[in-house]
Amino acid sequence: MYVLSAIVSLTLLGLFLGFLLGIAGKFLKVESSPIIDELESLLPGSQCGQCGFPGCRPAAEALVEGKASASLCPPGGSALAEQIAALLGLELDLSTVKEPELLVARVSEATCTGCTRCFKVCPTDAIVGAPKQIHAVVADACIACKKCVDVCPTECLQMHPIEVTLRNWRWHKPVLPEAGNAVC
Amino acid sequence: MLSLFKKPRIVGGVHAEPHKSATATKAIITHFPLPKKLYIPLQQHVGKPAEPLIRVGDHVLKGQLLAYSQGVISAPVHAPSSGLILDVNDYPAPHPSALPIRMIVLETDGKDEWITTQPMDDPFQSSAEIISLRVGAAGIVGLGGATFPTAVKLNMGRENHIDTLIINGAECEPYLSCDDRLMQERADQIIDGVRLMLHGMETDNAVVAIEDNKPQAFLAMHTAALPYSFIKVIQIPTRYPMGWDRQLIRYVTGKEVPAGCRSSEIGVTIHNVGTAHAVHHAIRYGRPLLGRVITVAGGAVKKPMNVEVPLGTLISELFDFCGVEIEKTARIVMGGPMMGESLPHTGLPTVKATSGILALTQDELKDTEEQPCIRCASCLSVCPAGLRPFDMANNIRINQLDAAVDLGLKDCISCGCCSYVCPSNIPLVQYFKYASGEVMARQQAQHKAEQTRRLMESRNARMERIAQQQRDEEIARLAAKAEREKLKSEQETVA
Repeated sequence: MYVLSAIVSLTLLGLFLGFLLGIAGKFLKVESSPIIDELESLLPGSQCGQCGFPGCRPAAEALVEGKASASLCPPGGSALAEQIAALLGLELDLSTVKEPELLVARVSEATCTGCTRCFKVCPTDAIVGAPKQIHAVVADACIACKKCVDVCPTECLQMHPIEVTLRNWRWHKPVLPEAGNAVC
Repeated sequence: MLSLFKKPRIVGGVHAEPHKSATATKAIITHFPLPKKLYIPLQQHVGKPAEPLIRVGDHVLKGQLLAYSQGVISAPVHAPSSGLILDVNDYPAPHPSALPIRMIVLETDGKDEWITTQPMDDPFQSSAEIISLRVGAAGIVGLGGATFPTAVKLNMGRENHIDTLIINGAECEPYLSCDDRLMQERADQIIDGVRLMLHGMETDNAVVAIEDNKPQAFLAMHTAALPYSFIKVIQIPTRYPMGWDRQLIRYVTGKEVPAGCRSSEIGVTIHNVGTAHAVHHAIRYGRPLLGRVITVAGGAVKKPMNVEVPLGTLISELFDFCGVEIEKTARIVMGGPMMGESLPHTGLPTVKATSGILALTQDELKDTEEQPCIRCASCLSVCPAGLRPFDMANNIRINQLDAAVDLGLKDCISCGCCSYVCPSNIPLVQYFKYASGEVMARQQAQHKAEQTRRLMESRNARMERIAQQQRDEEIARLAAKAEREKLKSEQETVA
């Protein structure tokens, strides 16, 4: 008898709660997944398009839909890939993540005509200049999106690897003995 | 029995083979031949590099200011001898990477002609501020190797009301004996420097701590300090890294410096004996820091010695003088063997931080074939910072840097005790150095991402504002046009 009442009451409870959930699912539906917002805030936000998506938000959407891998963002590098993988609960083989080759745009003074096209497209205002004056790149603000390279009529803007100086020099990771070819 | 409940006064540490006898028994050589060229880096200290105020082709005198200090934490650089400025350019730095940094190249004229110095007759009559100003102007930095500008430390001492000044004469690194010899030979000058520093910091008490493997240095310092009851000279156990500031403070005062805090916050400041010696010269004779005593030792050195050299002397010249057999040298180390940095070649200058240059043979190096960790926990028991090195290294190996930071990576002082005792030759310190650099790089990347976002937002806001302005102008223009036409039509109707 007890068994029967337990089964009945639990079934009723289950049905009732299920009904409630169904209603809640309908009325309290979230328009976009909050995880997309969270991912977007992790991504650099410079809409550089290096991932192959039109901007950081589309990239975040693709990540959530599983259309992109956690290591999609070249400027973010392995640190960002790790964060994304942790957030989405993805398995991530860090050895496949290529550390981004750090680049910075530089103006060749010899060929710059001061056409002002580059600093109009720079998303971070990293290029300073005036009409008919030689422009210059503020290296610390450059995010290597290459937009200026595309618009420069004289090809005087080129990407260069960031120079290693005493300030940004770092120790290498010790190489494992059993895997002599491990990534440094 | 009660002592069992007391906190231990020494945590961790190793008893490394000292290798000091070859140099500690011989007097400091002061007749090092003046090099033809001196390479003087603009940054020989923690903080901002100095800014040169000489031009190529200038003739300078010994002690003349070459580059002035920039900003609060910085130190000036002076000419170690008289001569001609040949170049101000990038040259390889005394650093494992030997990457270029800005240096002033001075061609010495051999006259060693001094600039007019301004000695202080009675420094104890002048104010403490004057003392630290003078110390700062003399370019004195911590000569133990940390190279923190001494004047800044004196000022911090005054602000924080330091009650004890500890003078670090531990010299716990093997091979090095430059502080030992300095204390044996120039104890009076060091004690005078200590008195001047006490005056500059407005502190009453000083403790000179010397490891008990330097009995002669202790005797000399003890004798020199006898007239001054406020300077206590004590012996401390010989155990690396006894000269680490927190270990020394813990032993001498029984106080523990909290993680992430400066020692001045608990009322203690540490200076090196070499620094005290430099302060004596700067105040009493008005002589800036132009040279230092360097220990040249190691198995490949025929004539190991302590030698006083001008700053900017190339290591190759030092090695020629001491008879280093380059073919036998397996590794060149600047500093001590535990914390020192290996240098790729000898064409690098000595700087204010150079306490020693070692030319080590293959036999003196540790077998570097790495084997798996056997969980012996030796590294755990020797870590003076109380960390778990094997755990941190394992996390770093699989790139779990956050986990390593949680385990206390930032408290690691890279003393090398863990690597020293590891029976499996795991390069633990190298893992920590790599991870610290990586954590720093990630922080910088994070910072840059935030800055980028800020720049983007302000750019978008500006673009929006400009567009809005154009729209407003357009509306105003149209309104004005309508107004004009209205007026015109009114005039026409009136006419």
